Amino acid sequence: MRYLPLTGADREAMLAKIGVRHVDDLFKDVPSDVLNPTIDLPRHKSELEVERYLSRLAAKNTVAGTVPFFVGAGAYKHHVPATVDHMIQRGEFLTAYTPYQPEIAQGTLQYIFEFQTQVAQLTGMDVANASMYDGSTATAEAVLMARRVTRKKKAVLAGSLHAHYKAVVETTTQYTDDEIVCLTPMPADPEAELQAAIDAIDDATSCVVVQNPGVFGHVLDLTKVAEAAHAKKALLIVVVTEVMSLGLIKSPGEMGADIVVGEGQSIGNGLNFGGPYLGLFATNDKLVRQMPGRLCGETVDADGKRGFVLTLSTREQHIRREKATSNICTNSGLCALAFTIHMTLLGEAGLRGVAKANHKAAYDLKAAMASVPGVEVLNQTFFNEITLKLPVAARAVVDTLADRGILAGVPASRLYPGEGLDDILIMAATETVTADDIQALAAALKEAF
Amino acid sequence: MSMNTQGRPTGVEGVETQPGQFESFSGHVGLRLAEPLIFELGSTDTTGVDVPEVEDFDMCLGGLERKSEIGCPGLSEPDTVRHYTRLSRRNYGIDMGVFPLGSCTMKHNPRLNEKMARLPGFGDIHPLQPQSTVQGALGLIDELATWLMTLTGMPAVAMSPKAGAHGELCGVMAIRAALEARGDAREIVLCPESAHGTNPATAAFCGYKVKSIPAKENGRVDIEALKAALDDTVAAVMITNPNTCGLFETEIREIADEIHKAGAFFYADGANFNAIVGKARPGDLGVDAMHINLHKTFSTPHGGGGPGSGPVVFSDALKDFAPVPYVVKDAEGFHLVENKEGKSFGRMVAFHGQMGMYVRALSYMLSHGSDGLKQASEDAVLNANYVLASLKDVMTPSFDGPCMHEALFDDRFLKDTGVTTLDFAKAMIDEGYHPMTMYFPLVVHGAMLIEPTESESKANMDQFIRSMRGLAAAAKAGEVARFEGAPYHAPWKRLDETQAARKPVLRWEAGE
Repeated sequence: MRYLPLTGADREAMLAKIGVRHVDDLFKDVPSDVLNPTIDLPRHKSELEVERYLSRLAAKNTVAGTVPFFVGAGAYKHHVPATVDHMIQRGEFLTAYTPYQPEIAQGTLQYIFEFQTQVAQLTGMDVANASMYDGSTATAEAVLMARRVTRKKKAVLAGSLHAHYKAVVETTTQYTDDEIVCLTPMPADPEAELQAAIDAIDDATSCVVVQNPGVFGHVLDLTKVAEAAHAKKALLIVVVTEVMSLGLIKSPGEMGADIVVGEGQSIGNGLNFGGPYLGLFATNDKLVRQMPGRLCGETVDADGKRGFVLTLSTREQHIRREKATSNICTNSGLCALAFTIHMTLLGEAGLRGVAKANHKAAYDLKAAMASVPGVEVLNQTFFNEITLKLPVAARAVVDTLADRGILAGVPASRLYPGEGLDDILIMAATETVTADDIQALAAALKEAF
Repeated sequence: MSMNTQGRPTGVEGVETQPGQFESFSGHVGLRLAEPLIFELGSTDTTGVDVPEVEDFDMCLGGLERKSEIGCPGLSEPDTVRHYTRLSRRNYGIDMGVFPLGSCTMKHNPRLNEKMARLPGFGDIHPLQPQSTVQGALGLIDELATWLMTLTGMPAVAMSPKAGAHGELCGVMAIRAALEARGDAREIVLCPESAHGTNPATAAFCGYKVKSIPAKENGRVDIEALKAALDDTVAAVMITNPNTCGLFETEIREIADEIHKAGAFFYADGANFNAIVGKARPGDLGVDAMHINLHKTFSTPHGGGGPGSGPVVFSDALKDFAPVPYVVKDAEGFHLVENKEGKSFGRMVAFHGQMGMYVRALSYMLSHGSDGLKQASEDAVLNANYVLASLKDVMTPSFDGPCMHEALFDDRFLKDTGVTTLDFAKAMIDEGYHPMTMYFPLVVHGAMLIEPTESESKANMDQFIRSMRGLAAAAKAGEVARFEGAPYHAPWKRLDETQAARKPVLRWEAGE
């Protein structure tokens, strides 16, 4: 077995040193009747055989990069420079552990410090943590944090919040006494959707959770929500599922957010069928001690040389156990590295440029879709995602177009079954979409109903 | 604008001058290259990418265009490569040497797994594509699930949890859902003193009170104390097996019986499953739920702190309560059940879990096969016992008898030497090793937990053992200086963690 260096002779010599005859003497604490069960699985395979086997499975999937591709709704296809994936595979990054020994982990610690700063800058907040699992779990953690900060129990989830995120918040809080108010999605009327969130805020409210751009792509000014929340001593939590949008849209911090959570996949990370992704979590200085997750801070070493360490760990489970702010331990370290490398390549100028190209692609998509008879585009505002109202069920259209080699978007009914959104289709267009792709989509759509 | 002129002095890393050495003009010292923060290097108008050329158009942002400066500096591509290459060289990884970090399972990360995860058919597919276009991906998840159920002897598995602690949350939520379904409100979760911190934190997350169970002299759970604590208020007992002392719980089945007799559930923390894969199945030991850290047992890379993946296997009593999504198979192929139905307790993540980790883990499993997985467990246990046998005369093992995949020592051998466990661990850095886990588990004084894994050859082990014996001898000989300032040869000396916490600086700011 190519990964196991011990030879038969080594094993014999080691058993002799230990003073036992057989390796099973080392397993003597395992009840003998359950030791060495028959395991009905195949025997080992060579590297070539594994590669062949998995390549066949991979070939059964339709690869985003090979077709006209408009699928978004919380995960986005962007071009990631080759440098990113090359650098994260350096063994010193890939095969390192959590940097608990800072003298030999300054590489990891410095990039976390840089990552935290970039996330704070993008979101317009004071401070960000070293990452969470993904955007949805970060949102649930933000709701729990708002409760700790405000000592109130009612969380209002706006209609614009991604259905999976709502479900994760509801699941995560179902065994606490938090009250979760889930508002109805209104793809055709984002202002009413936002007003409903404002109206739901009362004295018992700990937080209001609003996604921007919303799951249907609308871009909204959240200042009013922030004012309404703060008037009732509640927090505004802003969720960003398309972090690329922060290159073009006013930051949540500028609109009055108290906590910003997000899905960082768009920068540096591939689609990967949903994971691993990268949860972003940022807040204001005064709330930092209620924050979940790891934090990296600056300090000096014994020679006075600047260095970085994990800090404020008295919030965390390995120190505080059942009194910790969260049970999170492992986060998305390597995905955060990919994010920070891609951000460093982009810089503000590059980010703004790529974000603008996204907006332009969606602008062109909107124009093309508006020209399809029977289609109504529901967005006045958008970043790189728009929502259509179709004359027929969106799921059938998506399936028909998939058979023709076009991945047209996400039927809203897949996310919100039973909410009367069967004719609603969510479509994303990033900088990877070409004019030909849009033309092919429009042509196919014209024939679909 | 250039951030560089506003930042801290870029030479802040300083130059180490030792007698006979001269200070360099560059701030570098040979291959030890100084590297400032990107905020001190780059500028906001520099970019390392080809920015798409977009002609002007009427933006549809509702007047919410971002006008303020973001402040993120960019670097050219060559400078970006250099920046991260230089940073990487300050890290220790498994690729560099022995990484005996107990409880963390730092085994070799095969590069085949990386290659497989990057196949476009896995890496470049969207979680919300029509299911007809991702049959290979769903098939892979189903196949990995089969391997996990077979290796654990359990009838069901929830794949979506994102890491070990998230898996614990999944398991305890299923337990709570099952108890509520039978109208049985319970309020307490029992954890041994030696438990990982995530166990009590998870139980508290689910609204349970946590009670601790003491360990016996031999490092195992005190079954009499457990029996005394078990009653109809106890929802679950969370036990790591093999436990965090590196010992198999000899009375595990009696423990399971007692738990079930009290109407409670047995949650097994699978962090140490790597010791018994192919050798024993948790399903044969009375386990109701157990998470499996794919990033430990099945070698997906730790990546400097993640991402992980924490699928949870369930017994028949709990399987109906598993979270969505899950994959089912029928005549037409694979389907995802994405919306909560039946008794499922809900959804833990957006989308379907850590696909990238699933590919790597299955690649690892296929490579090893049933025979190789068993051999890997045996070699891991053999290596740990070899360390134990080779160091027991100079260090102090905490417990008698063989260990499983990790060997636990305490600090009795350092008594009156003036050297602490921390000092000893830091001195290992000067020997070229990553320190072992220290001060965990909490049940012994000054714990040192060594897990060599199956990835180390006998030659590597022998060199490591010589080094550890040398350090033990030096400590006993009173060479305190070797330890108290250690590490001397790492890129950084000991960092001041107190200062970092007292006045937290958590981001770079201009002109500080």
